[in-house]
Amino acid sequence: MSGAAHADDHAHGHGGHGHGGHGQDAHGHGSFKDYVTGFVLSVILTAIPFWLVMGNVIEDKLVTGVVILGLAVVQIVVHMIYFLHMNTKSEGGWTFLALIFTITLVVITLFGSIWVMHHLNANMMPVSAEEMRHAP
Amino acid sequence: MASHANPAMNPAIAGATAADVPDFLDLEGEHHPEGSTMLGFWIYLMSDCLIFAVLFATYAVLGRSYAAGPSPKDLFDLPIVAVNTSMLLFSSITYGFAMLAMERDDLAKTQLWLAVTGLFGAAFVGLELYEFAHLIHEGATPQRSGFLSAFFTLVGTHGLHVTFGLIWLVTLMIQTRIRGLVPENRRRLMCLSMFWHFLDVIWIGVFTFVYLMGVLQ
Repeated sequence: MSGAAHADDHAHGHGGHGHGGHGQDAHGHGSFKDYVTGFVLSVILTAIPFWLVMGNVIEDKLVTGVVILGLAVVQIVVHMIYFLHMNTKSEGGWTFLALIFTITLVVITLFGSIWVMHHLNANMMPVSAEEMRHAP
Repeated sequence: MASHANPAMNPAIAGATAADVPDFLDLEGEHHPEGSTMLGFWIYLMSDCLIFAVLFATYAVLGRSYAAGPSPKDLFDLPIVAVNTSMLLFSSITYGFAMLAMERDDLAKTQLWLAVTGLFGAAFVGLELYEFAHLIHEGATPQRSGFLSAFFTLVGTHGLHVTFGLIWLVTLMIQTRIRGLVPENRRRLMCLSMFWHFLDVIWIGVFTFVYLMGVLQ
């Protein structure tokens, strides 16, 4: 009885591996090379923004900000591909679809909040220092 | 259910309907229990991503409201943040090594790499708690300003996730010790792998948007 159950488990395990081999299992584990590539890229993509900010390399702060945000986006993509083994085919494309949907919502949430709240701030009635002192 | 069972019990009806046996397209059995768990866990991570998106948006709105209190430039110590970032990055690759050892059915190596991952994770949480204690000691408490409320909520939520990841990791180390690398434990380790790498992805956003951009102002 228990022997049969064990054999069944074994078969299941192998089934999963077969799929990983075909590259259909999204969350199958990458190779050693994948992890090391991802790690080296991440180290470089982390070191550059810290160096830019701590060393005051670029005079224009706006340029520095845009560059480090760009590097962060690149690093997120690197992590997705090399550590989370993201691709467009896993689970019949459903993980990728969920990711695209989430990115859409995240972009709407972030940019929508910043945009709306910035306009609210900009359009507020100016408050004098005297009023501020008596504000609750 | 009953209508399915009937033909089998009544040979006459079974004979009449033999040609009408429904064709199931899914003869191979495409329902992999592990596969659907992975998709479900991925969708959980995506919903977690939305929580962080809301916290990032809150920080983006409140991050410049200092209420005449300290600004990021006065508070943040970038060398500590750099060390913290490297701790999380190292823990990511060591977890990757644990997964590779799991693929080779090497329980001892899997547990060793899990332990190393746990130590890096604990170092990360420890440094973050040290930083928080330092800020609160200086009077930069969450109640001080909108910026600090948003900061502690965002970074604290991430730290809490890492803490729960550590509890999960220790649990799995004990489970693999007791039961070995059975399919259930492999599935759990793969879920934690996604969770752990996901937290590193969130941290990229935190160190860039909160710490580096904060000091840049």
